[in-house]
Amino acid sequence: MRDIHVSAIADAVKKLCMEANVSLEPDVLRAFDRALTTERSTAGKQVLTILKENAALAAGQRIPYCQDTGTVVCFVELGQDVHVTGGGLYDAINQGVRQGYQEGYLRASIVKSPFDRVNTGDNTPAVIHVDVVEGATLKIMIMAKGGGCENRSKYTMLTPAAGLPAVKDFIIECVKTAGPDACPPLILGVGVGGTFEKSAILSKRSLFRELGSPNPDPMLDTLEKELLERANRLGIGPQGYGGDTTSLGIHILTYPCHITSLPVAVTIECHAHRHKEVTL
Amino acid sequence: MSVTLAADGIKDVTTPLTDADVESLKAGDRVRISGVMYTARDAAHARLFPLIEKGERLPIDVNGHIIYYTGPTPAQPGQVVGAIGPTTASRMDKFTPALLKLGLKGTMGKGYRGQPVKDALRQYKAVYFGAIGGAGAVLSRHVKALEIVAYEDLGTEAIRRLEVEKFPAMVLNDCHGGDLYEDGQKQFAREG
Repeated sequence: MRDIHVSAIADAVKKLCMEANVSLEPDVLRAFDRALTTERSTAGKQVLTILKENAALAAGQRIPYCQDTGTVVCFVELGQDVHVTGGGLYDAINQGVRQGYQEGYLRASIVKSPFDRVNTGDNTPAVIHVDVVEGATLKIMIMAKGGGCENRSKYTMLTPAAGLPAVKDFIIECVKTAGPDACPPLILGVGVGGTFEKSAILSKRSLFRELGSPNPDPMLDTLEKELLERANRLGIGPQGYGGDTTSLGIHILTYPCHITSLPVAVTIECHAHRHKEVTL
Repeated sequence: MSVTLAADGIKDVTTPLTDADVESLKAGDRVRISGVMYTARDAAHARLFPLIEKGERLPIDVNGHIIYYTGPTPAQPGQVVGAIGPTTASRMDKFTPALLKLGLKGTMGKGYRGQPVKDALRQYKAVYFGAIGGAGAVLSRHVKALEIVAYEDLGTEAIRRLEVEKFPAMVLNDCHGGDLYEDGQKQFAREG
């Protein structure tokens, strides 16, 4: 057994939150550069150029890249030989979020109840998913998930008879309905299979794969590339002003499912794809 | 006249706006806005709306002005404001026609507006501007002064009076029925 104290977890989460919101990861910046080489629209190029300037200014001056500093979505891979000491894992993560959002001058965007709409004041609680894995390490992945794009995320339960063509059409339909509201160029996280809730969690989890990297499954890799090309033929473009760069990447994860089911969940992510991870 | 075309092809817009100013703005125009803007988003609109319905005085004078749909991040010491990009405008659609009727000349956000808002832009002569979503750091540089003027308890959703200088935006919907989203996307659509 390896002991990890909750203070180390809280501290790690705090740093991830503060960094993620001011400093875009290199995979996203590279995707902007790639898009600038193919974008034909003048307005689209202007938007992409401003996004690059925004990223540089945010990182240089430590101003959040976007004012919507998001819901913290946290995936944890907890090694089964790790013993968390000094308190609870979930409390430690939320303590890190609280400290990170307060010390980082980040926006508090969470309300206590979906009905009373009173702000919690410190951006807690995070949405936390824990997987227990082999080993003695604790991996923490966080995403500062914007609300505008999250609001365009969708789910459908298709029939096995409808199959792959219907899955493809649904994903493209999600890009269309997201439109400019979700701040394109978009990144799509797609979960196919499992159950209702499993597909949704997979759709979020898929967004932690490096943008621009191939899907390790060759069939899914081909599918992702085909869908990305289709999405970028829609004409929506950066910010929806018209153009060739509607999406920067589509990531798909699958899971076995029931003989009757074909669940598909699509998380819509904006260009402000703020993700960071650390292994303790 | 508070709309002038600069040599670089961008229109300089100074608030407050008149009907003639609004009429001179066309969907697709790049603009730089200087002057005063007010911020208001979901929660502030929800408080303004009952006042309008009862015919009571609003905490801000919207006549000739622009409402910017945004909830900024807190300012760090020495800053006027933190990141201040736009939020999705359609969530305010329910409230917008009533504000335009009171003389509001502009709204600014991101994303499509519903048909009732587009109709109200024509009827009351107003314009819907788009700021670049997610460019919160760059946009913060164009805010020169900020003051909370109503509903301080709403935190980031309080109404703020902004003094802006050369704030970059696009005309998304004009008062003539023009729509940048529609026109722009048609040009590049290769799949329906």
